[in-house]
Amino acid sequence: MTKQKLVLVGNGMAGVRAIEEVLKINREKFEITIFGQEPYPNYNRIQLSTVLQGGTSVHDITLNEWKWYEDNQIRLYPGESVTAIDTENQIVYTDKGRIESYDKLILATGSNPFMLPLPGADKEGVTAFRNIKDCEKMIEYSKKYKKAAVIGGGLLGLEAARGLLNLGMEVEVIHIHHYLMERQLDQTAGKLLQTELEKQGMKFLLQKNTAEILGKKQVTGIRFKDGTKIQTDLVVMAVGIKPNVSLAIEAGIPVNRGIIVNDYLETDVPNIYAVGECAEHRGIAYGLVAPLYQQGQVLAKRLCSIGDEVYKGSVLSTQLKVSGVDVFSAGKIHEDEHTKAFKVYDDYRGVYKKVLIEDGKISGAVLFGDTKDGNRLLSLIKRESAIEEYLETDLSNGHEQSAVTAMADGELICGCNGVTKGAIVEAIRSQSLSTVDQVKGCTNASRSCGGCKSLVADLLQCTLGDQYQADQKEAICGCTDLSRDEILQEIREKGLTHIREVMNVLDWRTDGCSKCKPALNYYLGMIYPLSYKDEKEARYVNERMHANIQKDGTYSVVPRMYGGVTTADDLRKIADVADKYKVGLIKVTGGQRIDLLGVRKEDLPKMWADLDMPSGSAYAKGLRTVKTCVGENFCRFGTQDSIGMGIRLEKKFEGLNTPHKVKMAVSACPRNCAESGIKDVGVVGVDGAWEMYVGGNGGTHLRSADLLFKFKSGAALEEMIGAFLQYYRETAHYLERTSGWVERLGLDHIREVLSDPNTVKELMIRMEEALSVVQEPWKKAIQDKTLLKDLYESLKLPVETK
Amino acid sequence: MEKTLRPILIGKAEDLPQKLGKTVTIGRKEVAVFKLENGKIRAIENRCPHKGGVLAEGIVSGEFVYCPLHDWKISVMDGRVQAPDVGCVQSYPVEVRDGQVFIFIGE
Repeated sequence: MTKQKLVLVGNGMAGVRAIEEVLKINREKFEITIFGQEPYPNYNRIQLSTVLQGGTSVHDITLNEWKWYEDNQIRLYPGESVTAIDTENQIVYTDKGRIESYDKLILATGSNPFMLPLPGADKEGVTAFRNIKDCEKMIEYSKKYKKAAVIGGGLLGLEAARGLLNLGMEVEVIHIHHYLMERQLDQTAGKLLQTELEKQGMKFLLQKNTAEILGKKQVTGIRFKDGTKIQTDLVVMAVGIKPNVSLAIEAGIPVNRGIIVNDYLETDVPNIYAVGECAEHRGIAYGLVAPLYQQGQVLAKRLCSIGDEVYKGSVLSTQLKVSGVDVFSAGKIHEDEHTKAFKVYDDYRGVYKKVLIEDGKISGAVLFGDTKDGNRLLSLIKRESAIEEYLETDLSNGHEQSAVTAMADGELICGCNGVTKGAIVEAIRSQSLSTVDQVKGCTNASRSCGGCKSLVADLLQCTLGDQYQADQKEAICGCTDLSRDEILQEIREKGLTHIREVMNVLDWRTDGCSKCKPALNYYLGMIYPLSYKDEKEARYVNERMHANIQKDGTYSVVPRMYGGVTTADDLRKIADVADKYKVGLIKVTGGQRIDLLGVRKEDLPKMWADLDMPSGSAYAKGLRTVKTCVGENFCRFGTQDSIGMGIRLEKKFEGLNTPHKVKMAVSACPRNCAESGIKDVGVVGVDGAWEMYVGGNGGTHLRSADLLFKFKSGAALEEMIGAFLQYYRETAHYLERTSGWVERLGLDHIREVLSDPNTVKELMIRMEEALSVVQEPWKKAIQDKTLLKDLYESLKLPVETK
Repeated sequence: MEKTLRPILIGKAEDLPQKLGKTVTIGRKEVAVFKLENGKIRAIENRCPHKGGVLAEGIVSGEFVYCPLHDWKISVMDGRVQAPDVGCVQSYPVEVRDGQVFIFIGE
C-alpha cells in the first residue's frame, strides 16, 4: 500500500505531539512532512521563561531533536512558512517556493502575541514574549540597559518579569486590573502573589492603562491614560495571545476567533484538521498545553481511523513557573450564589487554599504557597468528585506524607501529557526506573511544563522506598549513577588505568554502552596522555577507522591541507587516486578541504598509501581544520598573514584529542571571510594585532564567538590557544562543544583562569605532553599489519555449489 | 521448501579481533561476526533494521552492538533490537570446533 501524505503546518508542541501520537498508532501509514516557521526543532515553548530566568539553554528545552525527525523519516522544513493552501487540489505553497501535495493536512499554526496597537508600539525596544528570538532580544537588552517594563500582569507577564529581574534589570509590571492574574486567581491569592513578588524585587503599577510608548527611535518611557509617566528602556508586551488564523482565512476555512473544529478536530474543509492554540473548539480557543495534547491524541486516532474517540473540551489548570512562588488554579475560580467554599488561610506561613463546591461536587480550586495538591485536585475536578473524597484524605494525611500515596491509580500526575499515577508506578516497576528523567523518557510524565516533577519524585520514593536517592546528579549514562566529575575524581584517586577497570571498580551496571565507553576512553587519555593506550574498540566507527562512514557503509576520505592551501601536485595526486579507486563523488567541504566519497572499506589503506598525505581528521573529536582567508599577501584589505597563521596553528594542534570536534579559522581582517565568528577558536587579524574569539558554533546551536583576548604577537596567540584548548580538554564533558562549555563555565570565569600567566604555562606544559604522543593515523594504520587485518579486511566466502 | 542449516567455515577463532565485528560475506549474504569480551563468538545479519547500517562497525559492549549510523542497540545473542526502538535482525548459530569457527546458514 502506498503511504498517504500527511503535512503539518507548524512545528510546535501541539502539532508535533499529534504526529507523535500518529506514530505510536501506526508508523507506516503516512509519509510525513512538517513546515515550521522557526529555525529550531520542536521546543518546549512554556519553558521559555526558564531560559530567560537563566540556567537553561535552548538545547535543554528541545523536545524533539533533529535526530527524532530523521529517525522517524519525517521531512522537516525549518524556517519555512506555508503561505497558501489550495484546498481543492490539496496542495500547500511555501515562502521558499516549495509546492507540496497532501492527503491530510494539519494546521497547528499556534498563536501570535497580542500587541497593543499603541502609538509608539513600533519603536525599538518593544517586544513580545513568545519565542526564542524574543528571549534573545531581552537577554541582549539586559546587557545594555537597566530598566524594563512589562505590560500585563498575567501568567506570561510575570514569568517574563521574573526573567528580567534575573538578568539584572529593574522591572515594573503594568496591569490593568486591581490584582494580578485575575483570570486564574481570586483576589486573596492575587494579593498574596503580589506581596511575594514584591519581596523578590518586582514593582507593580496596578489599574493602569497604557496610552503611549515614548521615545524617538528607541523606547525611553511609557505614558498612561491618567497622564503619569515612567521611564524605561525595554517594553515587553504580555497582554495575551490571539490564534494565528490568517492562513486558514485566506484558504477559505471557516474561522471565528480560532479555526473552527468539531469534536474530531476536523475543520469544515475535507481532509484539513486543526489542533492547538489556533483551533477553536465549542467556542473555546485554548492557550495552555494540556488541552493541546488531549486534542493531539484524538486527532491521531481520527487520522489512523481507530476508535471513535471525541474531544469534549478540557478543564483548565494553571501553574506559575516562578521560582519561590507556588501558585495553582483549576476549574472555577470565583465564588457565586451556587458555590460553597472550603478555605484555609494561613497568614503566618503565607499558605492559602480554596476549593469550590457545587452541589457537593468539587468544581474548582485555587492554591497559594503549597501546591502539592494541585494535580490531585485537577483530577478530582475533572471527575466531578464529591468534596468528601478530597477532605477525608487531606485531613487524615497531615502534612508529612506526600499527597501521592493517597491518590488512586487512575488519577493524573502529569496533566500536560495525561499520565496517571498507575501508569508511572507500573513503568517504575516493570522497567526498573530510578530517576525522574527515566520516568520522563518512558512515560512522558513531566516532559512539558515540569510542574509535576516533585510528584514523580515522590512516586519514585514511595515505589522504591530506600532504594531511591532523591538528590540526583547527572550520570554520564544509564550504566552508572556517577557524574563526569565523580568519575574523573575516582580515576585520579584510585589510579584507574583502563576502561574495564573503571567499570569494574566503580560498579558499572552493564558492560558499558556507546555513550560511556568513548567517554571513558577520552577521559583516561586526557588524564594519562603518556601512558594510556587508546582503546580503538571503544571508539566510534569514524574515529576507529579514521574515515567517515556513509549511510551505505562506504567511507569518505579527506586528506589534510594545512590552512586550506594546496598545490598542483597534490591536486594531481588526489585526482589520480579518485580515478584509480573509482570514487563516487568529489566534494569541497565547508572546512576548505577535498572530500572523496563512496570509498570501500578495503580500499581505505591503499588510498592513503597512494595519497601519501596526512589525514585531514574530518571524523575526529579533535582539531578538524583551520579555515583561512587569503590574507595580506594577496588581499587588498588584509592586515595580517592569515594563511601563515592558519597553517602554523593547524600544524601545532593536528591530531589532538578533544571532548568534541574543534573547528578553527583565521581571518586577516574584520570582514571575516574565514568565518572566525562561528568557530570554536576564531582568530581575526586587525592592524598590528590578533583577536582571539572562542565558543562560536555554526552548527545545530548557532552561537557567535566571544572575544577572549587580543595579542600583538603570534607566539602569544598560539600559546593562549593551547592553554584554552587544554582547559577545555580538562573541564568539558565528553561531547560538549566549546560553545556549550563556554556558556556553562561563563566567559568571565575562563578569562579569569587564563589571565594568570602561571596557569597558562602549566596548561601549556600539559598540552605539549598530549601533543607529544600524537601519531599520524593513516601512516600508522598502513604500517601495522594487525590493524590492517582487524579493521580493514572483510572475509568473502563463495557459496559452495552442491 | 525445507530449510536446512549448513555450517560454513569462516576461519580461526584466534584470528578474529576481540570486542570488534568482522564483515563476512557468504554468497550474497553479509554477516557481522563478533568476538565478545568474554571470548564468545556470535553472528548476526550485517544490516540494521532501521536504516541498513553495517553492524559489524558498531561499538560492541557485552552482548550488544550499537549501530554506527543512529546508535540502535541490538543484541548479538538473538538479534533483537532493544527498547525504546523495536525490530529484529537474523541471528546465526555459531560453533567453534578445534579453534575453527563455523556459522550455520540456512539454504
